[in-house]
Amino acid sequence: MNMPVDSMEDLFKRPLADPINLSRRRFLTGTAIGALVLGFGLPLGSTRVQAAAGGGAVERGTQVPAFLEIRPDNTVYLRCPFMEGGQGTFTAMAQIVGEELDVDPASFVVEAAPPGEAYVVMDNGMRITGGSMSVRMSYPTMRRLGALARAMMLQAGAQRLGVPVSELSTEPGKVIHAKSGRSVAYGELAERAMDLPVPDPASVQLRDPSQFRWIGKPVKRLDAYDKSTGKAMYSIDLKVDGMLHAAVQHAPRLGMTVGSLRNEEQVKAMRGVHSVHRLPGAVAVVAERWWHARRAVEAIQVDWQEPTADSKVRPMPADFSSDAYLKRLATEKGPVRDDETEGDVAKALASAKTRIEATYNNQYLNHAQLEPPSALARFNGDGSLDVWLPNQAPDMFRADIAKRTGLDPSRITLHSPLLGGFFGRHFLYDSASPYPQAIELAKAVGRPVKLIWSREEEFVRDALRPVAAVNFRGALDNDGWPVAIEAISATEGPTEAIAGKQGEKLDPTALEGLSGKSYAIPNKRIAQIYVKGPAMLGYWRSVGNSLNDFFYESFLDELADKGGKDPFELRLRLLRDNKRLTTLLQAVGELSGGWKRGPFTAEDGSKRARGVAMASPFGTQTAVIAEVSIENGQVKVHDIWQAIDPGSIVNPAIVEAQVNGAVALGLSQTLVEEAVWVDGKPRARNYDLYPILPPARMARVHVRVIESGEKMGGVGEPPLPAVAPAVANAVAALTGQRVRSMPLSRHSFT
Amino acid sequence: MELRINQKTYQVDADADTPLLWVIRDDLGMTGTKYGCGLAQCGACSVLVDGNVVRSCVTPVAGVVGREVTTIEAIEHDEVGKRVVSTWVEHQVAQCGYCQSGQVMAATALLKHNPKPSDEQIEAAMINLCRCGTYNAIHAAVHDLAKGEA
Repeated sequence: MNMPVDSMEDLFKRPLADPINLSRRRFLTGTAIGALVLGFGLPLGSTRVQAAAGGGAVERGTQVPAFLEIRPDNTVYLRCPFMEGGQGTFTAMAQIVGEELDVDPASFVVEAAPPGEAYVVMDNGMRITGGSMSVRMSYPTMRRLGALARAMMLQAGAQRLGVPVSELSTEPGKVIHAKSGRSVAYGELAERAMDLPVPDPASVQLRDPSQFRWIGKPVKRLDAYDKSTGKAMYSIDLKVDGMLHAAVQHAPRLGMTVGSLRNEEQVKAMRGVHSVHRLPGAVAVVAERWWHARRAVEAIQVDWQEPTADSKVRPMPADFSSDAYLKRLATEKGPVRDDETEGDVAKALASAKTRIEATYNNQYLNHAQLEPPSALARFNGDGSLDVWLPNQAPDMFRADIAKRTGLDPSRITLHSPLLGGFFGRHFLYDSASPYPQAIELAKAVGRPVKLIWSREEEFVRDALRPVAAVNFRGALDNDGWPVAIEAISATEGPTEAIAGKQGEKLDPTALEGLSGKSYAIPNKRIAQIYVKGPAMLGYWRSVGNSLNDFFYESFLDELADKGGKDPFELRLRLLRDNKRLTTLLQAVGELSGGWKRGPFTAEDGSKRARGVAMASPFGTQTAVIAEVSIENGQVKVHDIWQAIDPGSIVNPAIVEAQVNGAVALGLSQTLVEEAVWVDGKPRARNYDLYPILPPARMARVHVRVIESGEKMGGVGEPPLPAVAPAVANAVAALTGQRVRSMPLSRHSFT
Repeated sequence: MELRINQKTYQVDADADTPLLWVIRDDLGMTGTKYGCGLAQCGACSVLVDGNVVRSCVTPVAGVVGREVTTIEAIEHDEVGKRVVSTWVEHQVAQCGYCQSGQVMAATALLKHNPKPSDEQIEAAMINLCRCGTYNAIHAAVHDLAKGEA
């Protein structure tokens, strides 16, 4: 009953008809192995690629045949530079390319493109799926790609119909010759079109946005049906011929090494076990079935050895406690490095009649995406390697695999299946991904191996959301308005953590959300004390903003309270010269039925209050109002109103879904979630002790999207950061209790 | 042992205590049912056993011998399941989609037992975790199904 899915056609249930354009056939005869078709390099001899290159460097996102195939049935196959992990990027890319190509996005089949220069389409010269960058950094390029392909269709149509291009136009999926009433479907022209040289990128004209049919519309997601019927395939679901399964037991602390295995012979004799392996910091069992592998590997009694001085990973000390570490951060003295300064904070603080100080901190978090990490590795007969793995940056992963294996990147075919959630989990974090182990095991056993990390093995190796302790000082003028704010954050940002050291410049991902605020406070200082900690750190949805906006926006309410100001009015005043943010704040007030802080009595008799907060993450502006009550000593969030201004958007339905999702994750970190470490180990290694937001704790979410027309910002992460402070500010309004740390489940309320 | 899954009979050679989930996924090759936690915490592995929703990651395979198991692969063969799927699509519930097989199974089980659940009954039944935060869309979809509006 095995169902080998050894080809991407099987995986994604694509039509069986062979694609008709020649470029595709060339790809297939290139480096593809067996039935696998991804991972080809562009055939350099191809006339069309040379034409696109114009003899020199290829302009970004112009190699049309590398991205698009149009099939005889008029479906369009798009190799997408970005990974789909729920954020809707496959659908958005189909809308963007389809708009200019003149094909209904519903006719698209989208998969993640392999690594390669051709797919480096972002304005910043990168190709990653993160930082809420996919659409905003590739929008003009992907539009132009569609327009170039349309121009090729027109050219092919002119040849086919024997008329000048100037007499032709297009309708969705076909070229039209109005004069003679004739038309040709794209599917019939594709072979001819894709063998044409790609036109000069400067020669194509983009569609007037007022004429958009799909961009800006709530186009249905392309993956909704497959994801509602179990047909969608993730890394964990894949299978190739001859494959074995593997499970690991990680060292309880990173850096520890494998000593003796006390019961190796007994484990080898367990049912289904193929072999037992020693890996860096882990033992593994390879078996015919994953359940056998897991049961056996968990039975191994390992004498773990303490890390040695030459450990290649960041060793986790045996006495590490996250609570103690947070206390220590709060008392760190320096050195202090300034990130953002304005005016003279020291002087303003010294001369002000009213000053306040407060210390905030946050908690470590796991990504806790529902799909546990896995990797499938297969060495082929010719020594080349295929790897299937969840990732947000295929070129970086391939380069890393090349480094680890000594293989030339051209010999490595990297496949990027759908992500069962990511939230920052699948960047390149040393020691936090299963693929190095899977590759080593596949090599050792001479057969393909799929390694799945159990939830427990995932939680002990996940790269954590960073923590900070921030010491604030603020000063008010004689009328109670803020005149100075100082925030000194003792922290290690995720980027400097991955680098292993502080850079010459401050890590922007450490301070974003403290820095970059728009409030007109004349004297400000945002600074960092770099503290390298023992935990492995990573990016977590909205990154630094996920903690820093909680700190800043909460402290801003403290300033308002101290000065006797309403927090909504205070923000309006501090933003009075900023039209975009004033509009946004007023919009969220309006959306909530008019700002009211409370406390007030709701219709059900419960006492409630509201809080407000704002954030400016990833080029987007957000404002949130939260309404809370207290139930059994804990905070109940009833409603979240969010106004979001990403400048302009591609799909309002997906934006609204992303706001819902970001609110859920924001509430999760605010209310219940924390990765607590004791004695160098995580207290929780599964959802039983690591609660994530359950349905019962979700709030109603009300969204207003504002398209100010400003430069396009991100969507996936921006709706998260303002949630926590809006809730904390509401709690303070309701209870008088100012909470300066997350999660709120650590506190009790009356 | 002999299993009845999606109205077909399978001969399976597995230890009695093997979780049903891994028999379905690895022995039978049906991967729509997902592994999320292995501890009956998240519900991604939900299947129907004699019409009741169970978490297959902690259900020993021997326990379903002689019973009728339904997985997501056959959900559209069920009249209620088919309506649930089309409503899921209509509401555009899924984001990453990883938990949604389990969510669809849970909704189908609820509606088969109680075609008109109240909002409170929906909340009591729809307890699977979703890290993408699709909870409001799930609730709205089941609410529509309960009201016969889907």
